[in-house]
Amino acid sequence: MKTFRIGGVHPHDNKLSAGNAIETLPLPKQAIVPLSQHIGAPAQPIVEKGDHVKVGQLIAQAASFMSANIHAPISGTITKIDTATDAWGMPMPAIYIEAEGDGDEWLETIDRTPDINRICKLEPEQIIEKIKDAGIVGLGGACFPTHVKLMPPPGCQAEVLIVNAVECEPYLTCDHRLMLEHAEEIFIGISLLKRALKIERAIIGIENNKRDAIELFKKMADRHFGIEVCPLKLRYPQGGEKQLIDATIGRQVPSGALPISVGAVVDNVATVFAVYEAVQKNKPLIERVMTVTGKSVKRPGNYLVRFGTPLQDVIEAAGGIPDDTGKIVAGGPMMGRAMQNTNMPAHKRTSGLLMIPAAESVRREPQNCMRCGQCVEACPMGLEPYLLIRLAEQKRWDEMEHNKIMDCIECGCCLFSCPSYQPLLDYVRLGKATVGGIIRARNAKK
Amino acid sequence: MSNFIVSPAPHAHKANSVQQTMMHVLIALAPAYLASLFYFGLGALLVSVTSVAACVLFEYLIQRFLLKGKTTICDLSAVVTGLLLAFNLPSNLPLWMVVIGALVAIGIGKMSFGGLGNNPFNPALVGRVFLLISFPVEMTTWPRPLGRWGLSASYIDAETAATPLALIKGHIGELPQTLDLLIGSIGGSMGEVCAIALLIGGIYLLATRTITWHIPVSILGTVAAFTAILHAINPEVYVSCEIHLLTGGLLLGAIFMATDYATSPMNPRSQLVYGVCIGLLTVIIRTWGAYPEGMSFAILIMNAVTPLLNHYIKPKRFGEKVKVKKQ
Repeated sequence: MKTFRIGGVHPHDNKLSAGNAIETLPLPKQAIVPLSQHIGAPAQPIVEKGDHVKVGQLIAQAASFMSANIHAPISGTITKIDTATDAWGMPMPAIYIEAEGDGDEWLETIDRTPDINRICKLEPEQIIEKIKDAGIVGLGGACFPTHVKLMPPPGCQAEVLIVNAVECEPYLTCDHRLMLEHAEEIFIGISLLKRALKIERAIIGIENNKRDAIELFKKMADRHFGIEVCPLKLRYPQGGEKQLIDATIGRQVPSGALPISVGAVVDNVATVFAVYEAVQKNKPLIERVMTVTGKSVKRPGNYLVRFGTPLQDVIEAAGGIPDDTGKIVAGGPMMGRAMQNTNMPAHKRTSGLLMIPAAESVRREPQNCMRCGQCVEACPMGLEPYLLIRLAEQKRWDEMEHNKIMDCIECGCCLFSCPSYQPLLDYVRLGKATVGGIIRARNAKK
Repeated sequence: MSNFIVSPAPHAHKANSVQQTMMHVLIALAPAYLASLFYFGLGALLVSVTSVAACVLFEYLIQRFLLKGKTTICDLSAVVTGLLLAFNLPSNLPLWMVVIGALVAIGIGKMSFGGLGNNPFNPALVGRVFLLISFPVEMTTWPRPLGRWGLSASYIDAETAATPLALIKGHIGELPQTLDLLIGSIGGSMGEVCAIALLIGGIYLLATRTITWHIPVSILGTVAAFTAILHAINPEVYVSCEIHLLTGGLLLGAIFMATDYATSPMNPRSQLVYGVCIGLLTVIIRTWGAYPEGMSFAILIMNAVTPLLNHYIKPKRFGEKVKVKKQ
């Protein structure tokens, strides 16, 4: 079975909610819709206080090429456009929508029938335009606007679409459930993306802990031309873009380059589903599947959540915050962000909520680095975290750059495997931010 | 609702620890330790207990009273150093010399550089070489193995035996049989005699992923190849490669000493270079040097080169050489 070639670790996968079907969460009374749910500039609001909006109506427009449209997740009245505070205490400009009635009055152009729409006569440019209009971003976590990936820079030619169905983060199961419940739509989405990219080949990378999904997708692939299923050995961080390309087609994206440089475009499986809905159903990106999980959570599960729903509501659906909770993480345990509080709405980036018991919430005290080399062995980019932490402590930025600090993907394998609990990734992040600033300043001077 | 713990990712850990790693090394040393108790009896017991106790005590005293900081004797690294030092000593060495060896190993070899992980040289070997140079006679007089758990033997007056390597050097007497080398009924330092026990320990270390194969295999492979060539050139002067592989501290050194984390290079590429150099140096010292045993010196010399290897030989970076694999 295939996998990537350098480094990697085997965290316990703890997929507690893999067997739980996706449940639709009730709509909130008030939706707080952040204007920045993606990489790039925040969207520009095009509605005003007092405006009435329907579900799926455009409320904020992409501010630049690298930005994404935002649509109303519920119907109702715009009560204010204001700055909210996110779960980390950072200001977050947002549009507040107060629900009217049941808050579920949709735009007429959106096809809400349960039928699967298989036929598409659109040209590649039209497909990309629809994806752009629907505000679709990468739902794997990075929230990179999808239409940007579909328009390779001049001189680059896409050869293969790689669908990221790896879900290598422990605990998370939202992609897994989506694959089981919407396989047909995902395959249509893949065909649409293939047409948009003008390519013949697509590969779906699925980790081996999702046997049911692999079997189902293999059966489906027999009926679709040019779509292959590639089962992958269980190994973190296989869902990293560069690792997945290496694992599936054996090409390594060079340092500093984009996947398109080796002819690959990578899209998450949830993104592919959103593409299907946008192109075939005219439905913009207004909801996503979220996993709410944790060892003590009463009803770990997968929930279809409209953006703007308070995370508190999502947690209540899973049985509330367990008493022994010490830490709540937005995302998975390897790369997710610990939240100060849950006063935040769900949005495009929230793939899951993980409640970690207090006993597992605090890192152990660091001991001396005994230079065992576990971090070097674990690093999927072939870096030397033990060296980078010392260089960062001593502010030797030039040497850090020379030692490829900018290649770090912040997967956390180094800290995960360090027997001395050295704050490896923390210092690497510090170094990466500083070196990145130095490089940008240098480039600006040129 | 804002009383949650906030810390940067990752929020999961492999749950390994320094202590666990040291425990693996101690378990891996157990078979060879039992073999040395079997062959050398009370002497081996006294030397090892003294060495371990002295190492732990010196580490504690230095951290508690000299550095006035936290004590880390619970991480078991001093126990490992103590046991490895004992393994490199003759089992009838006067105990006060053992204590001096432990003081040099922990005090100079380890703590003076900042403790665990910061020492440039393997502490146990620093202790051993210090003793070898200071007390050459005592350090090269080995008791004959008894093979009866040493029950009837008195500890000081045991009959002494030359090691096979000394025999090679002096061209005197009969060389031991390969079987004796494997099971360890030969003269030598207390932990180095039983090849099979050391190999079992090595397999355990590999199985628990405490060490990787690169260092031991490159050392043993180089020694085997080099001595086989020499033997082929002139069998009268140069002994066969199995004698080299199974005698002296070669296995002990290749499996337990050269693989010491702090003093060996950090990535597979540089570890291979390190191992090959140790192998070459060992054979050169054994064959043409003044001492019959070259392993300790070879490892210490390469310990000194380790920072350079780390600096110049980098791990395989992702995307370093873009190879297109066949599909």
